[in-house]
Amino acid sequence: MITEFRLPLGDIVSDGIDVLTESLRPVFDLIRFVLLSLYDAVEFLLLSPPFWVIILIAAGLAYVVKGWKFALGTIVGLLVIVGVNQWDNAMASLALVLVASAIAIAISVPLGILAARSDRSSAVIRPILDFLQTMPAFVYLVPALILFRIGVVPGIVATIVFALAPGVRFTELGIRGVDTEVVEAGHAFGSSPWRILRQIQLPLAMPTIMAGINQVIMLSLSMVVIAGLVGGGGLGSDVVQALSRIDVALGFEAGLSVVIIAIYLDRLTAALSGKRRTMWTPWRRKAAATAATPASGPAPAPAAATQDAPVGASV
Amino acid sequence: MRACAKENVSSTSSVSVKNLYKVFGRRPKDAVKKLQDGVSRAELGPHETAAVIDASFDVKKGEIFVVMGLSGSGKSTLIRTLNGLLEPTSGSVTVNGIDISDVAASKLREVRQKNVSMVFQHFALFPHRTVLDNAAYGLEVQGVPRAERLARALKIVNIVGLDGWADKYPSELSGGMQQRVGLARALATETDIMLMDEAFSALDPLIRREMQEQLLELQAELGKTIIFITHDLNEAMFLGDRIAVMRDGRIVQIGTPEDILTDPANDYVAQFVQDVDRARVLTAATVMEPARAVVPLTAGPRGALRVMRDLQAGAAFVLGRDRTLLGVVTDRHVMRQVKTNETDLSRIINQEHASVPADAALVDLFELAVESPLPIAVIDDKRRLLGVIPRITLLAALGNVPTNTTPINIIEPVSIIPDAELDAMLASPEPSPAAASTEGTFA
Repeated sequence: MITEFRLPLGDIVSDGIDVLTESLRPVFDLIRFVLLSLYDAVEFLLLSPPFWVIILIAAGLAYVVKGWKFALGTIVGLLVIVGVNQWDNAMASLALVLVASAIAIAISVPLGILAARSDRSSAVIRPILDFLQTMPAFVYLVPALILFRIGVVPGIVATIVFALAPGVRFTELGIRGVDTEVVEAGHAFGSSPWRILRQIQLPLAMPTIMAGINQVIMLSLSMVVIAGLVGGGGLGSDVVQALSRIDVALGFEAGLSVVIIAIYLDRLTAALSGKRRTMWTPWRRKAAATAATPASGPAPAPAAATQDAPVGASV
Repeated sequence: MRACAKENVSSTSSVSVKNLYKVFGRRPKDAVKKLQDGVSRAELGPHETAAVIDASFDVKKGEIFVVMGLSGSGKSTLIRTLNGLLEPTSGSVTVNGIDISDVAASKLREVRQKNVSMVFQHFALFPHRTVLDNAAYGLEVQGVPRAERLARALKIVNIVGLDGWADKYPSELSGGMQQRVGLARALATETDIMLMDEAFSALDPLIRREMQEQLLELQAELGKTIIFITHDLNEAMFLGDRIAVMRDGRIVQIGTPEDILTDPANDYVAQFVQDVDRARVLTAATVMEPARAVVPLTAGPRGALRVMRDLQAGAAFVLGRDRTLLGVVTDRHVMRQVKTNETDLSRIINQEHASVPADAALVDLFELAVESPLPIAVIDDKRRLLGVIPRITLLAALGNVPTNTTPINIIEPVSIIPDAELDAMLASPEPSPAAASTEGTFA
């Protein structure tokens, strides 16, 4: 008797998606159009100049945020990508990552702020994030494929959904981790909540938020390959191709390109958050030592995040 | 310094708190009703915590009002209701005539900008701003143009003793200096009320004392109304014009430091104050006794002798007009004058006696008490005699033994001349030739 009963959960979701597709077709078409245009624009920016211009820009950025060693590493790494003839694919993937990350950040940071400001919204957002983060990434591709048809857009959408969680979490953690007395000081001098958010909470939470952004980018990169399955193009499609043909050489070259881009983006964003951190951490440490305030909370998080990042990226 | 501060205190009240309750939890209003009906704090439900119970007090303009209590006594909650960081559950808080327990958020922000500033226990500086920008924060919120606010903030930064540090970040400063920034930030807003929440508790003892002294100086200079929270009784005694002692959410006593020390409202306060260095808190004026062995200069040697005989004292203070203290006469000298029929006491007055101003701390009296055989005279700035402090009173004050209830007359030094001799001397007719013979008999 028991064996005959089946919870029709999957059917319900499937029907729901069908209803969505039917009723909101224009909306999804619009989203598809916007995402596609964004992607095309970024890809155009990355691919229209000769590769060495992009390499020099990337190296210049690396030099500014970290130093000449990183700049040199960037040049070597990107030349390797050019050398294995994956430049176009790499730039296509990079465009996907940049668009998806930018949108994920634009959604997740405000959500994180909301979650930090009220326990109730945090209680609602938290389980949703758990769901988004632990659901196998492939699963997002199915409805995305139905809603946005084949091509790069379902890849971008799946990437955004998958990469959202750390952005929200780190933002919430960062803002909640700001010393309550400092926030109280803002109130005590008559600041409005908006001013406190802008002048106190966001700047002080920035190292943690940057670590979250770093994670968002890393997760986006890890989705690049999966996006290849639905015709996302770029390095992903080569990896998928290598898998279907059992082509070790192609798989390695495409995979290595992903790794190089991952390391570059990770170091770049980690350096950005690290740069701000050096200015403040001594204070946090001192405050924690002399006054035993729980301000040191967010400080260790970015360090841990940077260590995890390359592992996450090579998935 | 304290006397100086007190002169600023006016009779108008800056902050007025009436029947204030603050209960945290699910049903705070019900809890307040229960508390008003006499339910004790411990008997409230597990979901309600009464932080402040029925607090009422007035802080006068220019006063340093210290709220003292152990952690968990509700003092930090209390101070946070004074600028609306916490909303009272019941009761009212009036700041400069504005009832802030019932105003819109924007009005509350205005009160915080214009009327009440705050200094925090762990400094609560903005680590991403320089010292100057920290100090200018309040002005920035008020909308003061950048150039002006930086100029004003710089002035205050220099006043609190941070010249040359304006461009540093808080992390580059020591704890004491960081709190000076906190102080500057509060002072720069030019609010007349300053809330200080355990402001010096996180500092080393030496720096703490230095900051306390600086605070008193600044207060004397700027005439701010200061509400100071502390768990350190010595700090409370040093800073406070008045002190409110809190326990378990209730204010158990409000009074001057001397009141609290000498007349604790209950055993709790008494226990609390027993470790205080009384010698530093109590002043000569609080422990002095009325001077009894006093003679007006006009009374002459015979009058002096009579007073000394009545009190069995070996010496007496001689007062001029307006109770001005002229000096001391001893029985031996007076006796001689009586015998030789002299009438001018002023010739035998000894001016080398110990006298102290009314606000001298007891700690400064010990050396004098040891050196002087006579009680120490307490005088005002016109040298009028206010009272005396015999050694025994000094000791009793330290041990917190009430001296005024004992029946023993404490007059020092005790006369060494036998009563009979004095009686005989006084009984003799005024210009008495017999005096010489009595002297012969007893000498």
